[in-house]
Amino acid sequence: MAEPRENVLHVENVTMQFGGVVAVNNLSLDVDKGEIVALIGPNGAGKTTAFNVITGVYQPTNGRVQFQGDTIIENHPRGKMRKNYLGENAELYSNSIVRTPDRITKLGIARTFQNIRLFKAMTVFENVLIATHMRSEANVFSATFGLNRREEMANRELAMELIEMVGLKDEADVLATSLPYGKQRRLEIARALATKPSLLLLDEPAAGMNPQETDDLADFICRIKAAFHLSIFVIEHHMDLIMSISDRIYVLNFGKLIAQGTPEEIQNNQIVIDAYLGTGKTN
Amino acid sequence: MSKMKEKAVSSKMNGGYVPGSSGHVYQKRRDPHHVRSAVLTIAACILLAALMAFYQKNASDHSYAISIIERSAVYAVAAAAMNLVTGFTGLFSLGAAGFMAIGAYTTAVLTIPLSARASVYYMNGIAPWLENLQVPVLVAMILGGLISAGFAALIGIPVLRLKSDYLAIATLGFAEIIRTVLAAPMMDQITNGSYGLNNIPGFTNIFQPLILAAVCIAIMMLLLHSSYGRAFKAVRDDEVAAEAMGINLFRTKELSFVISSFFMGISGGMLALFMRSIDTKTFQITMTYNILLIVVLGGIGSITGSIIGALLINGGQEWLRFLDEPLTVGGVSIPLFRPGFRMVIYSIVLMVVVLFWRRGIMGDREFSWNHLFSVFRRKKKASQGGAQ
Amino acid sequence: MSLATFVQQLLTGVSLGGAYALIAIGYTMVYGILRLINFAHGDLFMMSGYFMIFAIASMPWFIAIPVAFAGTILLGMGIEKAAYRPLRKAPRMSVMISAIGVSYLLENLATYLFTAIPMAYPEIPGLKKILTFGPVTTSLVTILTPILTVVLTILLLQLINHTKIGMAMRAVSKDTEASRLMGIRVDSTISFTFFIGSLLAAVGALLYFTDRMTVYPYSGALPGLKCFVAAVLGGIGSIPGAVIGGFIIGISETFIVAFGYSTFSDAFTFVLLIIILLVRPTGLFGEAASDKV
Repeated sequence: MAEPRENVLHVENVTMQFGGVVAVNNLSLDVDKGEIVALIGPNGAGKTTAFNVITGVYQPTNGRVQFQGDTIIENHPRGKMRKNYLGENAELYSNSIVRTPDRITKLGIARTFQNIRLFKAMTVFENVLIATHMRSEANVFSATFGLNRREEMANRELAMELIEMVGLKDEADVLATSLPYGKQRRLEIARALATKPSLLLLDEPAAGMNPQETDDLADFICRIKAAFHLSIFVIEHHMDLIMSISDRIYVLNFGKLIAQGTPEEIQNNQIVIDAYLGTGKTN
Repeated sequence: MSKMKEKAVSSKMNGGYVPGSSGHVYQKRRDPHHVRSAVLTIAACILLAALMAFYQKNASDHSYAISIIERSAVYAVAAAAMNLVTGFTGLFSLGAAGFMAIGAYTTAVLTIPLSARASVYYMNGIAPWLENLQVPVLVAMILGGLISAGFAALIGIPVLRLKSDYLAIATLGFAEIIRTVLAAPMMDQITNGSYGLNNIPGFTNIFQPLILAAVCIAIMMLLLHSSYGRAFKAVRDDEVAAEAMGINLFRTKELSFVISSFFMGISGGMLALFMRSIDTKTFQITMTYNILLIVVLGGIGSITGSIIGALLINGGQEWLRFLDEPLTVGGVSIPLFRPGFRMVIYSIVLMVVVLFWRRGIMGDREFSWNHLFSVFRRKKKASQGGAQ
Repeated sequence: MSLATFVQQLLTGVSLGGAYALIAIGYTMVYGILRLINFAHGDLFMMSGYFMIFAIASMPWFIAIPVAFAGTILLGMGIEKAAYRPLRKAPRMSVMISAIGVSYLLENLATYLFTAIPMAYPEIPGLKKILTFGPVTTSLVTILTPILTVVLTILLLQLINHTKIGMAMRAVSKDTEASRLMGIRVDSTISFTFFIGSLLAAVGALLYFTDRMTVYPYSGALPGLKCFVAAVLGGIGSIPGAVIGGFIIGISETFIVAFGYSTFSDAFTFVLLIIILLVRPTGLFGEAASDKV
């Protein structure tokens, strides 16, 4: 790339340890503006845990996360953990910056979930509309008494637009959970987009989709990336999808980064092939 | 979704799509029967008002009915407030009785006529600052609601971080603490300790409690329809997803809890006016359970359900009074009927609803004429089908 | 407060605490296995008091006690079967409401059947025997309660840690679904848990009411909640925790009353609850659990 890269997400030496289990071990990675970056690895490699750290669901045991140049999360092993810490680089950090997931979302990182988490008792439309609440300026009084009509209308419009975009216009008023699986995944993406993110984290968006749907999804991801000027960080098992859409790929195994590079590089990387197929040595 | 359609959308995207610029105007999907619904609603209101006016005019003949309706109005507000926090925000709070006690005592203390105070407080005396402090009833009630909300805000800080069942027991505990403090000897000159308060001015006509309840419930319904209400429901449905949508869990729960407690305080004030004399025994855990019964019967997550539940339970209290009185059929007295039987029936109803009819009367939907019509139509069709 | 009064009060507190501990075990076991606050447990305890009154009225005490215990156990297991088992897959709130419903039903049923007027609890021969140690006078039941509590706790721990059914109970409370897959009969394990809980509640009722001398329909409500607090204090799911929690609450309550603040003795328990939940939600001996996202 000719022009200088603008970093969006910078993960630095992140370790997440649960008791004696190190789920993510000293992970460092970058996502630059306008990129689609993939995180792959066998089941239980710690991919979703990495997402949960970035989105503030878990506080990392050690390490730092920067978003658009600002440190949003930082921690180092303290107290009892100090003694039991199994990772590396603990001496690098001295701050403890904790942000709850809602604040991370407000900064502009949106996500979807591996096991779809839609609001069950709400319609498709309401599911998307929820995401606009965060940026709403109305206080509880003006919202209750309808004094924010203009804002509310704009939010409804935005929600409807996003629903149209993901092709769920005809189902806008049905219960979200009554949708077929593939559409639920799209709805989750629409909902994430309604928070107006600059970085979108997709956790296995193609899980449970047939090849046709997966193809559509690849198209769709590229499309929303362009339309919303997004950077996308995606966890996926579908190799065809990953290879066709990602600019760069990180490979995680047993919590540790074992390879990174362009799709071609990864496809030909012996370590990655071993990790996926198993050599008998690592297991 | 067909691929072609998607392509069509995507071509539009490629031409420099900017969110919000498509010119598509969101239109609220119109209810095809909205005129019918509006007419029916207005008609029902007029009919109701006429009936109330009739009762009011012949108050002495209908004191029974009036008392049922007034009590129902009080409980409907309390049940709707409990529903707000339990049914819509998913917080199983059992603090209702405590918040109602705060509202009731505030209202009572500030509205007992100055002339009656010496006789009300004859045992313990009255606190000097209170002796000449009297405010209009409405102001006192709102003040009661605000104090109750203030307490809720304080209690909420530690308690709302707890998981469901701990929250239940902690709020229950707080309600009991509030009750103990109100009954404590140090509060004697304000709350009159175990003697309770009486001579509280009552409602002067049936419209006062009804309008008050209608306003409170309308505000709660508006709130639930606003984006804050949607945030409540999001927290109820899935906390993790709600957080990922940028909703601050604690702030949202706290808001719901505080608003709910405000209305519980108001309903407590209404109860004080309705009963005209209160003491701390009124606000025991049983009170919370009674309101819970209304909420469960009406449907967890339905405000109109709570109103219907309040009417049924309070109406039932009167209609089922015969259960508590000895019954003699053909000279043989039936031993089943004696004091307490009514409450047994009540508890069995609660159990039956919980076990076999978990949705209650309304489930989580609100009353609508369209739905009512469709139910009738289905019934009719079913009976026609049966005839053929 | 003189030493004699202090010892006297301490004995009373330990005795009350022993009864609380026995009830708290029931809460902690049921919570451990079903994740449910069994609101009806306190009322089961109250019903046990009534069972004893009626059993003793019609038969000699050595038959009456087992009969009353059996009645309590049947009721406890019946509640589980009728009100909790059908809701095994229901949302947690429904089960809690069901538990509240049972509590409400038992209280109202007791009021209906036995009236709200307190009934005298019969004297079991020998239990009220007065013992004198220098300046301290006490009754046999006061001494017996903590001893019996400790003995029963040790037996229970043996049962849970060293028998097959105990292992099943531990397995079900760790992971119900996995236990089912391992071939453990979950329903009968839960029934057994209620059997133990009810039996201990019956013993607790015998000791508590012998001391208090009367039973009324609401005499289980507040002690029930206090015992739940005791279970939380000790760390929910932990049996030794529940016992220690029960003793702490019993002793503190007795001293608060002794110092003349009886109005606040009930509120104290709840203040304690809120402090624990704030400072150490897992209680003294509890383990932390985390949810998966």
